[in-house]
Amino acid sequence: MTIWIAIGATAVGCYLVKLLGLLVPAAALERPLVQRLSALLPVALLAALTAQQTFSDQGALALDARGAGLAAAALALVLRAPFLVVVGAAVVATAGVRALGG
Amino acid sequence: MAEQTTSASADIPEDGPRASAPGSPPAPAGKPDSAVVRDALGVGIAVGLSGFAFGVTSAGAGLSVGQTCALSLLVFTGASQFALVGALAAGGNPLTAAAGAFFLGVRNAFYGLRLSQLLRLPGPVRPLAAQWVIDETTAVALAQPSRRAARIGFTVTGLTLYTLWNLSTLAGALGAEALGDTAAWGLDAAGPAVFLALLAPMLRTATERTVAGLAVVLGLGFLPVLPAGVPVLVAALAAPAVLWYEGRRRTTSGKGTDR
Repeated sequence: MTIWIAIGATAVGCYLVKLLGLLVPAAALERPLVQRLSALLPVALLAALTAQQTFSDQGALALDARGAGLAAAALALVLRAPFLVVVGAAVVATAGVRALGG
Repeated sequence: MAEQTTSASADIPEDGPRASAPGSPPAPAGKPDSAVVRDALGVGIAVGLSGFAFGVTSAGAGLSVGQTCALSLLVFTGASQFALVGALAAGGNPLTAAAGAFFLGVRNAFYGLRLSQLLRLPGPVRPLAAQWVIDETTAVALAQPSRRAARIGFTVTGLTLYTLWNLSTLAGALGAEALGDTAAWGLDAAGPAVFLALLAPMLRTATERTVAGLAVVLGLGFLPVLPAGVPVLVAALAAPAVLWYEGRRRTTSGKGTDR
């Protein structure tokens, strides 16, 4: 049940901010500070989420095969691989390391 | 895709053809509709298919097929969906998990702001179009040379991406159930890889990199000591913290060009 609450809250919140952008007069969101913050918040969140989902396990820090997967994804990004290839590289590298007993 | 995302906050002239868009070659004013459709389909298909990774990740995190599909149908902004599922999988409180997902979705308000100037949608259409206001539709629309092309680009990208994202989410969720232990297949690495792919093109300037680095330190540092979901919110403070620090030592030289 709690999962449905989280889904509902996220759905409503995410829809309202999308709609807000289409409806609000431009001046309200055009302030430079608001713009800068809105550009930087996703950077902070994505960086923290990437790190957490790679290096944590059940609320503790952990280094396992996902680290190899992330490294593979980073390499694919440096090589300008398409989106799906980046994700695929991470999956294959992680599975490979696990198969080797990592 | 992620590359085009960075062009989303570029300035849009009020009217008329645009000389060029960041990240794309200068487009002639008379870009044929078929070319716009082709671009939009390319983006919509590539990103739409990555709903598979979301479906797998969500099912692997313990959400049911119905819950997974509801997220793609109703939330429809990938990073927020992955964030919610990741936080729930880590045992996060549903409201802190939703808060993290919501903050990631806030950028869509700024996309909507750009798009409302560019597309000039009629009032009744806006509540429907709103659900499609995401990174990719914005990037495609902003890259077009005219209002007509932007409208076509937005609509075709939105329709393709929404359809495929939801179908591939369903396929991924069903597939993950069939596979059993998704970790054995390395599929638990899909979520972080998606985040990294979204993040990479944003790391253009020292400011972005500082924010990202500080957020990693905060997010991992508080992980063992705070309840699940909360460290991500603490890490979000890296953004205002770095802005505040920059403001303190600001020289009024123009930094307005870096996004």
